[in-house]
Amino acid sequence: MVWKQHDYDAIPGTYVFDGQRSHSGYNLNRMAFSFNEQANRDEFARDMDAYCRKYNLSDEQREAVLRGDFLKLLQLGGNIYYLAKIAVFHGLTVQDAGASFHGITTPEFKQHLVNQAQGFEEKLRKTGGYWHG
Amino acid sequence: MAKIVGGLTTSHIPAIGNAMSQKLEKDPYWKRFFDGYEPVKAWLDEVKPDIAIVVYNDHGLNFFLNQVPTFAIGCADQYENADEGWGLKTLSSFKGDAQFSWHLAESLINSDFDMATCQEMLVDHGLVVPMALMWRHLDEWPVKVVPLAVNTVQHPLPGARRCFALGKALRQAIESYPEDLKVVIFGTGGLSHQLQGERAGILDTDFDLQCMEKIIHDPEWLTQLSNTEIMEKAGTEGIEVIMWMVMRGALQPEVKVVHKHYHAPISNTGAGVLVLENTNDS
Repeated sequence: MVWKQHDYDAIPGTYVFDGQRSHSGYNLNRMAFSFNEQANRDEFARDMDAYCRKYNLSDEQREAVLRGDFLKLLQLGGNIYYLAKIAVFHGLTVQDAGASFHGITTPEFKQHLVNQAQGFEEKLRKTGGYWHG
Repeated sequence: MAKIVGGLTTSHIPAIGNAMSQKLEKDPYWKRFFDGYEPVKAWLDEVKPDIAIVVYNDHGLNFFLNQVPTFAIGCADQYENADEGWGLKTLSSFKGDAQFSWHLAESLINSDFDMATCQEMLVDHGLVVPMALMWRHLDEWPVKVVPLAVNTVQHPLPGARRCFALGKALRQAIESYPEDLKVVIFGTGGLSHQLQGERAGILDTDFDLQCMEKIIHDPEWLTQLSNTEIMEKAGTEGIEVIMWMVMRGALQPEVKVVHKHYHAPISNTGAGVLVLENTNDS
Protein backbone atom coordinates (compact mmCIF):
# COMPACT_ATOMS: atom_id res chain seq x y z
CA MET A 1 0.00 0.00 0.00
CA VAL A 2 1.48 3.29 -1.07
CA TRP A 3 0.27 6.83 -1.62
CA LYS A 4 0.98 7.89 -5.18
CA GLN A 5 3.11 11.03 -5.61
CA HIS A 6 1.73 14.00 -7.55
CA ASP A 7 3.31 16.82 -9.54
CA TYR A 8 1.56 19.34 -7.26
CA ASP A 9 3.56 18.02 -4.28
CA ALA A 10 6.43 20.15 -5.64
CA ILE A 11 4.54 23.46 -5.28
CA PRO A 12 6.31 25.13 -2.33
CA GLY A 13 4.41 26.12 0.82
CA THR A 14 1.30 24.37 -0.41
CA TYR A 15 -0.69 21.43 0.95
CA VAL A 16 -2.96 20.34 -1.87
CA PHE A 17 -5.95 18.72 -0.22
CA ASP A 18 -6.14 15.32 -1.87
CA GLY A 19 -7.15 11.81 -0.95
CA GLN A 20 -4.04 11.26 1.15
CA ARG A 21 -4.57 14.40 3.24
CA SER A 22 -8.32 13.88 3.43
CA HIS A 23 -7.75 10.35 4.66
CA SER A 24 -5.32 11.42 7.39
CA GLY A 25 -7.41 14.43 8.40
CA TYR A 26 -10.79 12.77 8.28
CA ASN A 27 -11.63 12.89 12.01
CA LEU A 28 -10.31 16.43 12.33
CA ASN A 29 -12.39 17.69 9.42
CA ARG A 30 -15.39 15.69 10.63
CA MET A 31 -15.16 17.45 13.97
CA ALA A 32 -14.96 20.83 12.22
CA PHE A 33 -17.99 19.93 10.10
CA SER A 34 -19.97 19.33 13.30
CA PHE A 35 -19.49 23.03 14.13
CA ASN A 36 -22.15 23.88 11.56
CA GLU A 37 -24.52 23.29 14.49
CA GLN A 38 -24.69 25.71 17.38
CA ALA A 39 -25.19 22.98 20.00
CA ASN A 40 -21.92 21.35 18.92
CA ARG A 41 -20.10 24.66 18.98
CA ASP A 42 -21.34 25.19 22.51
CA GLU A 43 -20.20 21.74 23.56
CA PHE A 44 -16.76 22.26 22.02
CA ALA A 45 -16.41 25.68 23.68
CA ARG A 46 -17.20 24.15 27.07
CA ASP A 47 -14.46 21.52 26.84
CA MET A 48 -12.33 21.52 23.69
CA ASP A 49 -10.10 18.70 24.84
CA ALA A 50 -13.02 16.36 25.53
CA TYR A 51 -14.70 17.22 22.25
CA CYS A 52 -11.49 16.42 20.29
CA ARG A 53 -11.29 13.07 22.08
CA LYS A 54 -14.92 12.35 21.23
CA TYR A 55 -14.02 12.75 17.55
CA ASN A 56 -10.92 10.55 17.94
CA LEU A 57 -8.38 13.14 16.89
CA SER A 58 -4.76 12.05 17.16
CA ASP A 59 -2.82 13.53 20.08
CA GLU A 60 -0.92 15.73 17.63
CA GLN A 61 -4.11 16.98 16.03
CA ARG A 62 -5.80 17.60 19.37
CA GLU A 63 -2.86 19.57 20.71
CA ALA A 64 -2.69 21.67 17.54
CA VAL A 65 -6.43 22.38 17.79
CA LEU A 66 -6.08 23.48 21.41
CA ARG A 67 -3.19 25.84 20.73
CA GLY A 68 -4.64 27.07 17.39
CA ASP A 69 -1.66 25.96 15.29
CA PHE A 70 -3.21 26.05 11.84
CA LEU A 71 -0.07 25.31 9.86
CA LYS A 72 0.34 22.12 11.88
CA LEU A 73 -3.34 21.29 11.32
CA LEU A 74 -2.89 21.73 7.57
CA GLN A 75 0.07 19.36 7.71
CA LEU A 76 -2.05 16.90 9.69
CA GLY A 77 -4.76 16.73 7.05
CA GLY A 78 -6.97 19.69 7.91
CA ASN A 79 -8.77 21.29 4.99
CA ILE A 80 -8.64 25.08 5.01
CA TYR A 81 -12.44 25.49 4.75
CA TYR A 82 -12.93 23.17 7.70
CA LEU A 83 -10.10 24.78 9.65
CA ALA A 84 -11.93 28.09 9.21
CA LYS A 85 -14.74 26.60 11.31
CA ILE A 86 -12.19 25.92 14.08
CA ALA A 87 -10.35 29.25 13.70
CA VAL A 88 -13.35 31.25 14.94
CA PHE A 89 -12.94 29.72 18.39
CA HIS A 90 -9.49 31.30 18.54
CA GLY A 91 -10.98 34.58 17.33
CA LEU A 92 -9.21 34.17 14.00
CA THR A 93 -10.31 34.71 10.41
CA VAL A 94 -8.87 33.03 7.33
CA GLN A 95 -6.71 36.14 6.85
CA ASP A 96 -5.34 35.83 10.39
CA ALA A 97 -4.56 32.20 9.62
CA GLY A 98 -2.88 33.31 6.37
CA ALA A 99 -0.68 35.68 8.36
CA SER A 100 0.15 32.93 10.85
CA PHE A 101 1.28 30.62 8.01
CA HIS A 102 3.88 33.28 7.15
CA GLY A 103 4.67 34.18 10.75
CA ILE A 104 3.66 37.80 10.12
CA THR A 105 0.91 40.04 11.49
CA THR A 106 -2.50 40.30 9.82
CA PRO A 107 -1.90 43.95 8.76
CA GLU A 108 1.39 42.81 7.18
CA PHE A 109 -0.42 39.99 5.41
CA LYS A 110 -3.05 42.41 4.09
CA GLN A 111 -0.30 44.75 2.92
CA HIS A 112 1.35 41.83 1.12
CA LEU A 113 -1.89 41.36 -0.84
CA VAL A 114 -2.16 45.06 -1.63
CA ASN A 115 1.46 45.09 -2.84
CA GLN A 116 0.86 42.28 -5.27
CA ALA A 117 -2.20 43.99 -6.72
CA GLN A 118 -0.31 47.28 -7.14
CA GLY A 119 -0.71 48.77 -10.59
CA PHE A 120 -3.65 46.61 -11.65
CA GLU A 121 -5.72 49.58 -12.85
CA GLU A 122 -2.93 50.52 -15.26
CA LYS A 123 -2.95 46.94 -16.56
CA LEU A 124 -6.74 47.16 -17.06
CA ARG A 125 -6.28 50.32 -19.15
CA LYS A 126 -3.61 48.64 -21.26
CA THR A 127 -5.78 45.56 -21.80
CA GLY A 128 -8.79 47.72 -22.62
CA GLY A 129 -12.54 47.35 -22.27
CA TYR A 130 -12.63 47.32 -18.46
CA TRP A 131 -15.09 49.23 -16.31
CA HIS A 132 -13.51 52.21 -14.60
CA GLY A 133 -16.51 53.74 -12.82
CA MET B 1 -37.80 26.54 -25.92
CA ALA B 2 -35.47 27.56 -23.12
CA LYS B 3 -32.86 30.08 -24.13
CA ILE B 4 -29.54 31.17 -22.66
CA VAL B 5 -29.62 34.96 -22.25
CA GLY B 6 -26.02 35.13 -21.13
CA GLY B 7 -23.39 34.13 -18.66
CA LEU B 8 -21.59 35.95 -15.94
CA THR B 9 -18.70 35.41 -13.59
CA THR B 10 -18.25 36.58 -10.04
CA SER B 11 -16.26 35.88 -6.92
CA HIS B 12 -18.21 34.18 -4.13
CA ILE B 13 -15.96 34.68 -1.09
CA PRO B 14 -17.58 35.02 2.36
CA ALA B 15 -15.84 38.35 3.01
CA ILE B 16 -18.14 39.83 0.34
CA GLY B 17 -21.14 38.35 2.15
CA ASN B 18 -20.01 39.91 5.40
CA ALA B 19 -19.41 43.26 3.70
CA MET B 20 -22.97 43.19 2.31
CA SER B 21 -24.57 42.30 5.65
CA GLN B 22 -22.58 45.09 7.31
CA LYS B 23 -23.54 47.47 4.46
CA LEU B 24 -19.93 48.35 3.68
CA GLU B 25 -20.59 48.96 -0.04
CA LYS B 26 -19.51 52.60 0.17
CA ASP B 27 -16.54 51.90 2.41
CA PRO B 28 -13.31 52.93 0.59
CA TYR B 29 -11.96 49.36 0.64
CA TRP B 30 -15.11 47.98 -1.02
CA LYS B 31 -16.55 50.81 -3.10
CA ARG B 32 -14.78 50.19 -6.39
CA PHE B 33 -15.49 46.47 -6.19
CA PHE B 34 -19.23 46.90 -5.54
CA ASP B 35 -19.70 49.82 -7.94
CA GLY B 36 -18.48 47.56 -10.70
CA TYR B 37 -21.54 45.34 -10.15
CA GLU B 38 -24.04 48.09 -10.96
CA PRO B 39 -23.83 47.46 -14.73
CA VAL B 40 -24.35 43.74 -14.06
CA LYS B 41 -27.49 44.49 -12.06
CA ALA B 42 -28.73 46.84 -14.81
CA TRP B 43 -28.16 44.12 -17.41
CA LEU B 44 -30.06 41.58 -15.31
CA ASP B 45 -32.93 44.06 -14.90
CA GLU B 46 -33.05 44.42 -18.65
CA VAL B 47 -32.83 40.76 -19.71
CA LYS B 48 -34.99 39.52 -16.81
CA PRO B 49 -33.88 35.88 -16.62
CA ASP B 50 -36.34 33.34 -15.21
CA ILE B 51 -33.70 30.96 -13.91
CA ALA B 52 -30.08 31.18 -12.80
CA ILE B 53 -27.90 28.10 -13.04
CA VAL B 54 -25.24 28.80 -10.44
CA VAL B 55 -22.01 26.87 -10.86
CA TYR B 56 -20.25 26.89 -7.50
CA ASN B 57 -18.48 24.68 -5.03
CA ASP B 58 -19.68 23.64 -1.62
CA HIS B 59 -17.23 24.43 1.21
CA GLY B 60 -18.47 22.00 3.83
CA LEU B 61 -22.15 22.74 4.28
CA ASN B 62 -24.07 20.25 2.13
CA PHE B 63 -21.25 17.89 1.24
CA PHE B 64 -18.94 16.64 3.93
CA LEU B 65 -15.86 14.68 2.88
CA ASN B 66 -17.70 11.40 3.43
CA GLN B 67 -19.33 11.90 0.02
CA VAL B 68 -17.84 14.22 -2.55
CA PRO B 69 -19.53 14.26 -5.94
CA THR B 70 -17.41 15.65 -8.76
CA PHE B 71 -20.47 17.24 -10.34
CA ALA B 72 -23.82 17.55 -8.55
CA ILE B 73 -27.06 19.21 -9.60
CA GLY B 74 -29.92 20.32 -7.41
CA CYS B 75 -33.26 18.82 -8.46
CA ALA B 76 -35.57 20.37 -5.88
CA ASP B 77 -38.29 23.02 -5.72
CA GLN B 78 -36.57 24.80 -2.85
CA TYR B 79 -33.05 25.22 -1.47
CA GLU B 80 -32.11 26.44 1.99
CA ASN B 81 -29.06 28.33 3.08
CA ALA B 82 -27.80 27.36 6.55
CA ASP B 83 -25.26 28.01 9.29
CA GLU B 84 -21.72 27.39 8.05
CA GLY B 85 -20.27 27.55 11.52
CA TRP B 86 -18.36 30.82 11.43
CA GLY B 87 -20.92 33.55 11.55
CA LEU B 88 -22.01 34.37 8.00
CA LYS B 89 -25.63 35.55 8.05
CA THR B 90 -28.09 32.94 6.78
CA LEU B 91 -30.22 34.21 3.89
CA SER B 92 -33.76 33.32 2.88
CA SER B 93 -34.48 30.21 0.83
CA PHE B 94 -34.33 29.95 -2.95
CA LYS B 95 -37.01 28.61 -5.26
CA GLY B 96 -35.96 25.81 -7.58
CA ASP B 97 -37.55 24.25 -10.66
CA ALA B 98 -37.52 20.48 -10.24
CA GLN B 99 -38.82 19.75 -13.74
CA PHE B 100 -36.15 21.84 -15.40
CA SER B 101 -33.43 20.42 -13.13
CA TRP B 102 -34.41 16.83 -13.82
CA HIS B 103 -34.42 17.55 -17.54
CA LEU B 104 -30.90 18.98 -17.25
CA ALA B 105 -29.73 15.98 -15.22
CA GLU B 106 -31.16 13.53 -17.74
CA SER B 107 -29.73 15.35 -20.71
CA LEU B 108 -26.29 15.69 -19.07
CA ILE B 109 -26.18 12.03 -18.07
CA ASN B 110 -27.18 11.09 -21.61
CA SER B 111 -24.24 13.24 -22.75
CA ASP B 112 -21.86 11.16 -20.58
CA PHE B 113 -21.71 13.56 -17.62
CA ASP B 114 -22.60 11.40 -14.65
CA MET B 115 -24.17 14.00 -12.38
CA ALA B 116 -25.12 13.35 -8.77
CA THR B 117 -28.75 14.44 -8.35
CA CYS B 118 -29.78 16.15 -5.11
CA GLN B 119 -33.38 16.48 -3.96
CA GLU B 120 -32.26 18.11 -0.73
CA MET B 121 -29.35 20.47 -0.97
CA LEU B 122 -28.18 23.15 1.41
CA VAL B 123 -26.55 25.96 -0.53
CA ASP B 124 -23.59 27.75 1.02
CA HIS B 125 -21.84 31.06 0.40
CA GLY B 126 -20.59 29.79 -2.96
CA LEU B 127 -24.14 30.23 -4.30
CA VAL B 128 -25.59 32.69 -1.82
CA VAL B 129 -22.97 35.44 -2.13
CA PRO B 130 -23.38 35.71 -5.93
CA MET B 131 -27.19 35.77 -5.59
CA ALA B 132 -26.97 38.53 -2.98
CA LEU B 133 -24.49 40.48 -5.12
CA MET B 134 -27.04 40.60 -7.92
CA TRP B 135 -30.35 40.88 -6.14
CA ARG B 136 -30.07 41.90 -2.48
CA HIS B 137 -31.84 45.18 -3.31
CA LEU B 138 -35.09 43.25 -3.98
CA ASP B 139 -37.52 41.85 -1.41
CA GLU B 140 -37.39 38.41 -2.93
CA TRP B 141 -35.18 36.52 -5.35
CA PRO B 142 -36.52 37.32 -8.84
CA VAL B 143 -35.25 34.06 -10.37
CA LYS B 144 -35.44 30.39 -9.65
CA VAL B 145 -32.14 28.64 -9.05
CA VAL B 146 -30.43 25.49 -10.23
CA PRO B 147 -27.38 24.79 -8.04
CA LEU B 148 -24.63 23.06 -9.98
CA ALA B 149 -21.84 22.07 -7.61
CA VAL B 150 -18.34 21.26 -8.84
CA ASN B 151 -15.83 19.66 -6.50
CA THR B 152 -12.97 22.13 -6.14
CA VAL B 153 -12.19 21.11 -2.56
CA GLN B 154 -10.85 17.56 -2.49
CA HIS B 155 -8.49 16.43 -5.24
CA PRO B 156 -8.73 14.80 -7.72
CA LEU B 157 -10.79 17.62 -9.23
CA PRO B 158 -12.16 17.72 -12.74
CA GLY B 159 -9.92 19.65 -15.14
CA ALA B 160 -10.70 22.83 -17.05
CA ARG B 161 -11.20 20.79 -20.22
CA ARG B 162 -13.84 18.61 -18.57
CA CYS B 163 -15.61 21.63 -17.10
CA PHE B 164 -15.66 23.32 -20.50
CA ALA B 165 -17.15 20.18 -22.03
CA LEU B 166 -19.75 20.06 -19.24
CA GLY B 167 -20.74 23.58 -20.21
CA LYS B 168 -21.23 22.53 -23.83
CA ALA B 169 -23.43 19.65 -22.72
CA LEU B 170 -25.30 22.03 -20.44
CA ARG B 171 -26.07 24.31 -23.38
CA GLN B 172 -27.54 21.39 -25.29
CA ALA B 173 -29.55 20.42 -22.22
CA ILE B 174 -30.94 23.93 -21.72
CA GLU B 175 -31.79 24.47 -25.36
CA SER B 176 -33.68 21.18 -25.58
CA TYR B 177 -36.10 22.12 -22.78
CA PRO B 178 -39.58 22.74 -24.22
CA GLU B 179 -40.67 25.61 -21.96
CA ASP B 180 -39.87 29.21 -22.88
CA LEU B 181 -37.43 30.06 -20.11
CA LYS B 182 -34.72 32.66 -20.05
CA VAL B 183 -31.65 31.17 -18.44
CA VAL B 184 -28.57 32.92 -17.10
CA ILE B 185 -25.49 30.97 -16.04
CA PHE B 186 -23.19 32.08 -13.22
CA GLY B 187 -19.61 30.86 -13.16
CA THR B 188 -18.50 31.65 -9.62
CA GLY B 189 -15.26 31.67 -7.65
CA GLY B 190 -11.72 32.72 -8.43
CA LEU B 191 -9.65 34.38 -9.47
CA SER B 192 -6.14 33.98 -8.04
CA HIS B 193 -6.01 33.20 -4.34
CA GLN B 194 -4.43 30.77 -1.95
CA LEU B 195 -5.76 30.52 1.59
CA GLN B 196 -3.46 27.81 2.90
CA GLY B 197 0.18 27.09 3.63
CA GLU B 198 3.27 29.25 3.61
CA ARG B 199 2.32 30.35 0.09
CA ALA B 200 -1.04 31.73 1.34
CA GLY B 201 -1.79 35.19 0.02
CA ILE B 202 -0.51 34.88 -3.51
CA LEU B 203 -2.33 37.07 -5.94
CA ASP B 204 -1.35 37.29 -9.62
CA THR B 205 -3.07 40.11 -11.49
CA ASP B 206 -1.29 39.21 -14.75
CA PHE B 207 -2.63 35.69 -14.67
CA ASP B 208 -6.09 36.93 -13.66
CA LEU B 209 -6.33 39.37 -16.56
CA GLN B 210 -4.95 36.78 -18.97
CA CYS B 211 -7.64 34.37 -17.76
CA MET B 212 -10.38 36.93 -18.28
CA GLU B 213 -9.27 37.75 -21.83
CA LYS B 214 -8.75 34.10 -22.75
CA ILE B 215 -12.08 33.02 -21.30
CA ILE B 216 -13.77 35.60 -23.50
CA HIS B 217 -11.84 35.11 -26.73
CA ASP B 218 -9.99 31.79 -26.52
CA PRO B 219 -11.38 29.54 -23.78
CA GLU B 220 -9.61 26.54 -25.32
CA TRP B 221 -6.40 28.05 -23.90
CA LEU B 222 -7.44 27.20 -20.35
CA THR B 223 -8.33 23.64 -21.35
CA GLN B 224 -4.63 23.16 -22.17
CA LEU B 225 -3.61 23.86 -18.57
CA SER B 226 -3.50 21.12 -15.97
CA ASN B 227 -4.91 21.76 -12.51
CA THR B 228 -1.34 21.76 -11.17
CA GLU B 229 -0.35 24.47 -13.67
CA ILE B 230 -3.37 26.56 -12.68
CA MET B 231 -2.62 26.13 -8.95
CA GLU B 232 1.04 27.08 -9.47
CA LYS B 233 -0.06 30.38 -11.00
CA ALA B 234 -3.37 31.15 -9.33
CA GLY B 235 -3.05 29.35 -6.00
CA THR B 236 -4.83 26.32 -4.62
CA GLU B 237 -8.15 28.16 -4.35
CA GLY B 238 -7.57 29.95 -7.67
CA ILE B 239 -8.43 26.57 -9.19
CA GLU B 240 -12.06 27.72 -8.89
CA VAL B 241 -11.63 29.31 -12.30
CA ILE B 242 -12.52 25.89 -13.72
CA MET B 243 -16.11 26.75 -12.78
CA TRP B 244 -15.99 29.76 -15.09
CA MET B 245 -15.30 27.25 -17.85
CA VAL B 246 -18.66 25.55 -17.28
CA MET B 247 -20.38 28.88 -17.88
CA ARG B 248 -18.18 29.65 -20.90
CA GLY B 249 -18.78 26.23 -22.44
CA ALA B 250 -22.52 26.86 -22.32
CA LEU B 251 -22.16 29.97 -24.49
CA GLN B 252 -21.36 30.16 -28.18
CA PRO B 253 -17.74 30.24 -29.37
CA GLU B 254 -18.07 33.95 -30.22
CA VAL B 255 -19.51 36.08 -27.45
CA LYS B 256 -20.29 39.73 -26.92
CA VAL B 257 -18.75 41.34 -23.84
CA VAL B 258 -21.41 43.36 -22.03
CA HIS B 259 -19.28 44.16 -18.98
CA LYS B 260 -15.78 43.52 -17.72
CA HIS B 261 -14.68 44.43 -14.20
CA TYR B 262 -11.68 43.52 -12.08
CA HIS B 263 -10.59 44.52 -8.61
CA ALA B 264 -7.81 43.37 -6.30
CA PRO B 265 -7.32 42.62 -3.56
CA ILE B 266 -10.74 41.71 -2.22
CA SER B 267 -9.81 39.93 0.98
CA ASN B 268 -7.31 37.37 -0.39
CA THR B 269 -8.48 37.36 -3.99
CA GLY B 270 -8.42 38.98 -7.36
CA ALA B 271 -12.11 39.48 -8.17
CA GLY B 272 -13.15 39.21 -11.81
CA VAL B 273 -16.58 40.02 -13.22
CA LEU B 274 -17.74 39.26 -16.74
CA VAL B 275 -21.12 39.58 -18.41
CA LEU B 276 -21.19 37.75 -21.73
CA GLU B 277 -23.95 37.29 -24.29
CA ASN B 278 -24.25 34.97 -27.25
CA THR B 279 -23.69 36.79 -30.54
CA ASN B 280 -26.57 35.23 -32.45
CA ASP B 281 -29.74 33.24 -31.91
CA SER B 282 -28.94 29.58 -32.37
